[in-house]
This record gives sequence, C-alpha cells and structure tokens, in this order.
Amino acid sequence: MATPEPEALDTARSRAKDKSPWNWLLFIPIVVPLIPAFFNADSPRLFGFPRFYWLQLAWILLGVGTTTLVYRMTRKKRGDH
Amino acid sequence: MWRDHLTEIIVFSVLFLLVSAMGFVAARWRRPRDMAHLDEWGLGGRSFGGWITWFLVGGDLYTAYTFVAVPALIFGAGAAGFFAVPYTIVIYPLVFLVLCRLWSVSHRHGFVTPADFVRNRFGSPILALLVAITGIVATMPYIALQLVGIDAVLKTMGVTGDSAVARHLPIIIAFAILAAYTYQSGLRAPALIAFVKDSLIYVVILVAVIYLPYKLGGWGSIFDAADAKFQASPAPGDGILLNANNQLQYVTLAFGSALALFLYPHSITGVLASRNRDVIKRNMSALPAYSLLLGLIALLGYMAIAANVKPLPGAKAGSVDGNTVVPLLFDQQFPDWFAGVAYAAIGIGALVPAAIMSIAAANLFTRNIYKEYLKRDATPAQEANVSKITSLVVKVGAVACIVFLDPQFSIDLQLIGGVIILQTLPAVALGLYTRWFHRGALIAGWVAGMGLGMWMLYQIGNPATGKKHFAGSAFPLSEFGFDTKKTIYVGIVAVLVNLVVAALGTLVLRAAKVAEGPDGTTPDDYFADEGTPRATAAADPAPEPVA
Repeated sequence: MATPEPEALDTARSRAKDKSPWNWLLFIPIVVPLIPAFFNADSPRLFGFPRFYWLQLAWILLGVGTTTLVYRMTRKKRGDH
Repeated sequence: MWRDHLTEIIVFSVLFLLVSAMGFVAARWRRPRDMAHLDEWGLGGRSFGGWITWFLVGGDLYTAYTFVAVPALIFGAGAAGFFAVPYTIVIYPLVFLVLCRLWSVSHRHGFVTPADFVRNRFGSPILALLVAITGIVATMPYIALQLVGIDAVLKTMGVTGDSAVARHLPIIIAFAILAAYTYQSGLRAPALIAFVKDSLIYVVILVAVIYLPYKLGGWGSIFDAADAKFQASPAPGDGILLNANNQLQYVTLAFGSALALFLYPHSITGVLASRNRDVIKRNMSALPAYSLLLGLIALLGYMAIAANVKPLPGAKAGSVDGNTVVPLLFDQQFPDWFAGVAYAAIGIGALVPAAIMSIAAANLFTRNIYKEYLKRDATPAQEANVSKITSLVVKVGAVACIVFLDPQFSIDLQLIGGVIILQTLPAVALGLYTRWFHRGALIAGWVAGMGLGMWMLYQIGNPATGKKHFAGSAFPLSEFGFDTKKTIYVGIVAVLVNLVVAALGTLVLRAAKVAEGPDGTTPDDYFADEGTPRATAAADPAPEPVA
C-alpha cells in the first residue's frame, strides 16, 4: 500500500519524538524504588510512619512526576484528528 | 451465623445486583455499528478515552485478590508484603515506553493479542502458540483467585454451608451473572462496572485510613503494635523492616512482578482498548493513584494487628485463612451498613478483573488457536462468537477450580503463573524493540526458562506450614551452592536464563543459516497513532507451516 505523503511526515515526526532523550528520565522511577538502602529503616518517622513506609509511598510521587514530565516534553503537537 | 450480618448481606446484595444490571446495559453503551466483531466485543471498539481507560486498567490491575491478599501478607509477614508498592510504581515507566509500541503496531495490523504480534513479527506460528498457551495458563488461576476474594467476604458474613456445593452457591450464582453479561456486552461491561467498583473502593479506603488510625491510637501505635507482634513471633523473616536476607527477594519480586504484570493478557487487553497513544501515556501518570490506594490498603494489615483481629479458620483443620483479616477488621470496627459497602467493593472488585481476564483468555484462544489451527478463514463474526463462548468456558473452569479443588491450589498456580508469563518477555517485550532474536532461539529460551522456573518453584518448601513444594517464590541462593541465607525471586532467575539461551541460540542458528522467517512489521508501525490506516492484509506474511 502506498502511504500518502502527509502521513509519512507524521510518522517520521512521531518517531523523532519517541527517540527523545527525555525518555531516559524514566529510568529514575524504575531504579530508585528498588534500592532498599534508601528506605529500609525506621527513623525518621513521619506522622507515625516509619521511613520504610512513608518513603516508599513518596516514590509514587516520584513516578508520577517523572512520567508527567516526560509526557509533556515528548508530546506531539497535533492538529485536530 | 449469617443472621448477625443481615444488614451487611442486604447492602452487599443490593449493590451487587445494581452492578449486574449495569453489566447488561453496557452492551448499549457507546453502541457499536456491529457488535459481531472481535474488535468490538473483545476490545470495546479500541475507542476508550482517558477516563474510561483509567478506571478500566485500574480496575483490571488492582484486583479483589490484591486488595485481600496484600494486607493478609502484611498481617502475617510484615514489611515483605509491602513489595506491592514498589512493584506498582516501577510498572508505569516500563509500560510508558513498551506498551505504547505494542499499541501502535497492534493498531496498524489489527492485532488483538500479544501472540498475534509475535506471530507477525517473527513469522512463527509455533512461537505464537507458545505465547498464547502461556497466557491462557497464567490467566486461568488468576480468575479463580478473584473468587477467593469474594469467598473471604462471604465467609466473614457467615454465608457458608455444609456441602461443597452449598458453600459455594453464592459464588456460582455471582459468576453465572458475570458470565452472562460478559457474554452479551464484552469489554464494555467491565469498563462500565469499573466506575462503580473503583468509586466504592476509594470511598471505603479513604474513610478507613482516616477513621481507623484515629480509633486505634494513631499511626505510630499501629506500627508499634505490629512491631511488638513480630518481635514476639519465632519466624525469622517477619518484622516491620526488611532484614539482610530478604532484601534481594523484595527487590527482585517487585521488579519481576512488574515485568510480569504487563505481559499478562488482561493488562494488554486493557491497554489495546484505548483510543490513542496519548491516552496510554497520560494514564501512566494517573494510574499510580491506585498504587497509593494499594499502599494504604496494605497497611490495613497492621491495623488488623493493632485491633487484635483473629483470622477465621481455613479449609484445613488447624490452619487460618489470612484472607479474612480485612473483612473481619471492617466487621469489627465499622457499622454494619458500611462494612456491607466495603464487602460489595471487594465483591464487585472481583468481577471487573475476572471479566477482563476471561475476555483476554478467550481472545487468545480465538485468534491464536481457533483461527490459526482450526478455521483459517473464520469471519470476524465467527471470531467474536467463538470468543464469547470461550469466555463462558473459562469462567466455568475457574468456578470448578474453586469448588472442587483446595483454593490453595489456585494460589499456588497463580504463583507459578507470574513466573511463566515472564517467559514471554523476550518474544513480546524485547520483540517490540528488536528483531535480532531468532525465532528458534526464542522457543529454546522459553523452554529453558519454563523448565528452570518450575524446578525452582518445586524446590521451595515452607517448614512452618509443612508444605514441601510450591510454598512460595523466594528461592534460597544456597541451593545454587552460594554460602548465604539470601533468597531471590524465581521469575527473575528463570527469565535471565531464558534470555541467555535465546541470545546464544540466536548466534548458533544464525551461524548455521537456519531460516529466519519474515517480519510482517515495519519500523514506522511502532510509532503509528490514531488516524493511521490499517496495513493491508497483503503486507502480512504468508502463513508458514514450520517455525
């Protein structure tokens, strides 16, 4: 099937966006939550939560922050589809 | 006695019936032009936007079993059970990149299952068949486990009987209703029900995590009570922190489970049903809201310790059913009507994933076994029909597992399920990035990973319960000859061996010039978005008899 010209442009542009260096940031929320040395301790406590619990819950924010940032920085500028 | 729980039972039943009615109405919701097509029945027309996807995938990944079993694990073992939190953090950045590519290539080629993709990418029906069978086998016990979630609630409400069939009658009825509306409405049913399920769960948990600590003397004393319990227990692995020996297990289990979760057919079904890549990416930022919820739910296990909850007896004499701690906590601490709402949340919570899982398993059977081997020229209408019937068969099988076998059997199988689904990682996830692997080597890697994984699981016993085999997923490294007490998650070891075999096999097969098979995809397919037309059938490779 012959691909129409505007589409070829569109996919080429989206590929460029997919290869964005911003994507490397996504390794942070994959690696950091998997290092027990950061969180495997009782003190300091926060609202009664040992560090083990509040810090791991805080990594959720790290994950949300990073994926949101990468999404915004790599978003395609799209017309009305 | 069930009479003591009458209010709970009434609230539970009313909400359950309300949701069932929604399931049937769902067929009319966003009504398709033609329901007799697998894209419509099995993927909701591939049209779901941000909100629906959020509820659907959230309701799909965070199952009723998770909500019951994770706090039970925390109640029993402490910190080790908290792995569910890093697990559900790590998964989203992974999905962000990998499943977007799968969505694009599936959008271009009309793939419905991960095995469809493998078939086309590597030109190997045998590899695709292995991926499909792995998916079906891994999903079946997962569906059965959803029943364990409902079972824990029913038990707490005193709805039990003497014979196996009487005891399970409510579950059989619930699943019959579920089967009927899934048959009629397909993926639209769980998508619509997920709204109710998740709203209920959010309300229940937010109330619980604000009210219970207030009642139990604050978070500090909840953790202290848990600490005191684990200090007093003779078991070496428990505690509110990890010890030197289970940290590696904690981390590998979290990472391995994250890799496994998005390879499960039901996760992929949820993702493929979304409208475009943007919807998926935005959801990866929004879905962690459920991880926060899961973290709080996990801590209900400690609240149960602080509240002195004693779990109900298990199926075997002398054993306890840890899954009942959360239902019991609600029964003990809250007014009956609110406990009823909480139970309904768990019960309905079981229906959403069970429906999606049965649809995913049915799609695998239809696309990769029925269409591939039984009826090559099946029309879309026939495909949809076969899928609908298969979804019924799958649910009957799941109910039979729970009624006739020890529920422990399903739990063991699900443990195995996580390990075996990981063995599709090289073909499905790496296959999205590279065509370097040889199809024959991928098959060899799958066989090696499966074999090693099963052997390792078989070796794991638990002296505390007297179980000799399949008692967990923490494999002692001393079995490999290391002088240590550390343990590691079986799945990670098995998939690493799988990768090594696949890589070496690729080098060997390529040196021997064994045919590679055609690749039916092009690099651009992996970035296609909404609005790109389907590739024509001619672009797909001709069917090949040998792998």
